[in-house]
Amino acid sequence: MSFICFEYDLWDMRASADIGDCGSMAEIVVRNLRKEFGAFTAVQSSDFVVADKEFFMLLGPSGCGKTTTLRMIAGLELPTSGQILIDGEEVGQKPASQRDIAFVFQMFALYPHLNVRKNISYPLISQGMHRSEIQEKVLEAAKLLGIEDILNRPVSGLSGGDRQRVALGRAIVRNPKCFLMDEPLGALDAEFRERMAGELRSMHDQMGATTVYVTHDQREAMQMGDRIVVMNHGVIEQIGTPQDIYDYPATMFVAEFIGSPPMNFLFFEDTLAPEADTITLNGQSISIRPVSTAGRGSFAFGVRPEHISFDDMSPYRGRIDATEYLGTTQIVTMTTPNGSLKARLAADIKIIVGDSVGLAFRKELVTIFDCESGVAVTSSPDQDRQRNG
Amino acid sequence: MAEVQLQNVCKSFGSITAVDQMSLTIDQGDFVVLLGPTGAGKTTTLRLISGLERPDQGRVLIDGRDVTSEIPARRDVAMVFQQYSLYPHMTVRENLAFPLRSPLFSFSDEVIQDRIQNIAEILQISHKLDNRTTALSGGEMQRVSIGRALVRNPAIYLMDEPLSSLDAKLRADLRIELKRIQVELNATLLYVTHDQIEAMTMASKVGVLESGKLVQVGSPRAIYEDPVSLYVSGRLGLPRINTVPAYLFPNSPAGATTIGLRPEHIEQGQGEPARVIRLEHLGDQTQLYLDFKDHTIITLTDIRSTLRPDDTVYIQPRNPLYFDVTGHRVR
Repeated sequence: MSFICFEYDLWDMRASADIGDCGSMAEIVVRNLRKEFGAFTAVQSSDFVVADKEFFMLLGPSGCGKTTTLRMIAGLELPTSGQILIDGEEVGQKPASQRDIAFVFQMFALYPHLNVRKNISYPLISQGMHRSEIQEKVLEAAKLLGIEDILNRPVSGLSGGDRQRVALGRAIVRNPKCFLMDEPLGALDAEFRERMAGELRSMHDQMGATTVYVTHDQREAMQMGDRIVVMNHGVIEQIGTPQDIYDYPATMFVAEFIGSPPMNFLFFEDTLAPEADTITLNGQSISIRPVSTAGRGSFAFGVRPEHISFDDMSPYRGRIDATEYLGTTQIVTMTTPNGSLKARLAADIKIIVGDSVGLAFRKELVTIFDCESGVAVTSSPDQDRQRNG
Repeated sequence: MAEVQLQNVCKSFGSITAVDQMSLTIDQGDFVVLLGPTGAGKTTTLRLISGLERPDQGRVLIDGRDVTSEIPARRDVAMVFQQYSLYPHMTVRENLAFPLRSPLFSFSDEVIQDRIQNIAEILQISHKLDNRTTALSGGEMQRVSIGRALVRNPAIYLMDEPLSSLDAKLRADLRIELKRIQVELNATLLYVTHDQIEAMTMASKVGVLESGKLVQVGSPRAIYEDPVSLYVSGRLGLPRINTVPAYLFPNSPAGATTIGLRPEHIEQGQGEPARVIRLEHLGDQTQLYLDFKDHTIITLTDIRSTLRPDDTVYIQPRNPLYFDVTGHRVR
């Protein structure tokens, strides 16, 4: 993991020491950003704006270009072409040291000869902060991270998770205006990650520092982000709020990458007229939102697990293969004439493996994709907004 | 395939008690999942059954036979580890054949090839049998390592977090596959994990471990709906069960000091006011963080909720779980 945070108004020591003081704006604009490594293009041509105080997620599988994008914003890589504006100032071609920023760079790098308290205090000591204030801030950060009882332990004996917490503590304690984070929770166990994600977000709400956060974990992105950029092969697939991306994925990649279980696809061949509001699945007519792009060929009927229900009256049927109990809900796996399907249903619905059941779909949340391009063809009232962010 | 029993088994390492008086019966065809955080004694329990560790006290029985003093090879168990260790210079077929060529058995080549074919079909890797293992994806490698256990047809399969090194999607696929294979073979399986989703979705019985002690054994539904203690209640459920002092709400039973509130135990729209801290849109659900008398309560709300921070939501408990001062359930 690497954890980078930087502070670009360090010249104003007083301001950076005050929690909640957001005297300066921290808007980040990325325009036509491109990065090549030899023959390999890591980032094709990215455009997005991170608003002041926004918690902005760069999400995608490994190799999608999200970390490269972050490193270009930090000044650790120079773009091949394109612009990066921070606070309206073009910084894209400046190396980190020549930007009007000071940054703290942390890659799991703790001082092995110092204890936890001294590791966390270090950035404050070098700022020349008063001792009693340091103690207070270290304790505050330690409490937030649940490490107040190990403050006097040497870092060399700590577990991986605890070392990560100390590294986070060292970044948090400075209370910077802007955070750039590269999978800071990646190595933590699931339970702690869930808790830390919640706490990082509430910490953000208190501090109001613009945050750009890289992750491959869709749940983490959904949980924490104000907006998410989904990247794949160096290309931005979609930008939007978590709920919009979830409900109206712009591409099949996004539909599958977001959600657990992901969106189901039922495959069919059809000719779709402009504004068509039904499709035919295995001879049965099914209502959808009107399509915005007409055409004929192979399509995928995309439906999320929780938007499927059992309906005895429905002529479209599936056979139940398995069910997985999850407490409040259960995931039921079925086979249909158009492919396999997972539905999320209430845990108290009785499921008999082998049964044939009628299926109903929430039509306003069904998305139809063109299989060849992988792009959604159904319109939604605010589709332009989601596509273009 | 057979019944496996632990009778009062103890194991310490120096001053640390890893397994504390554990008694557990795993019936023929059971899929038992031991659930607990790091250090709860999950892996030690597996190692005690496999014979990689000797208990300080107590007995291990396989099919009624006391195997406590037997060496691992004699115990007729097969183990799958988190880190798949395949022979990189061999093909998938040779890797699968390897356990069957042990001098303990004397299978003919025909029997070996038959078994490999059968297991490969179950694991859906038939088309990869003659590939080098180095040419496989992570999921395929883990399937081969599970396959290496399956070819043996032992008394019990012991699995130590076999899916934890895989990515989320693969893990979800293999969960279903593993469950299907276990049912198909009527295999007896003991599986340890700290992942509650794995425990809930695969187990016929879940055993919850707390500091080396087995504190509750039951179906996933029983563990979720009817936990014996505060500790057990926190092992299953996402978002996690909320625990707040009992005096915050009226009508707590005598002796109750803590109320455990899962989202389904919190009725919204009635009761006392709570302040909205924030909402988290997870897509399939929206988590609502509430401040109630200086305690944070996380529950679920309508996916399209229009609540804003600092709004007021009225809440009251509905059939919650009560616990006493020692963390035991008050009924």
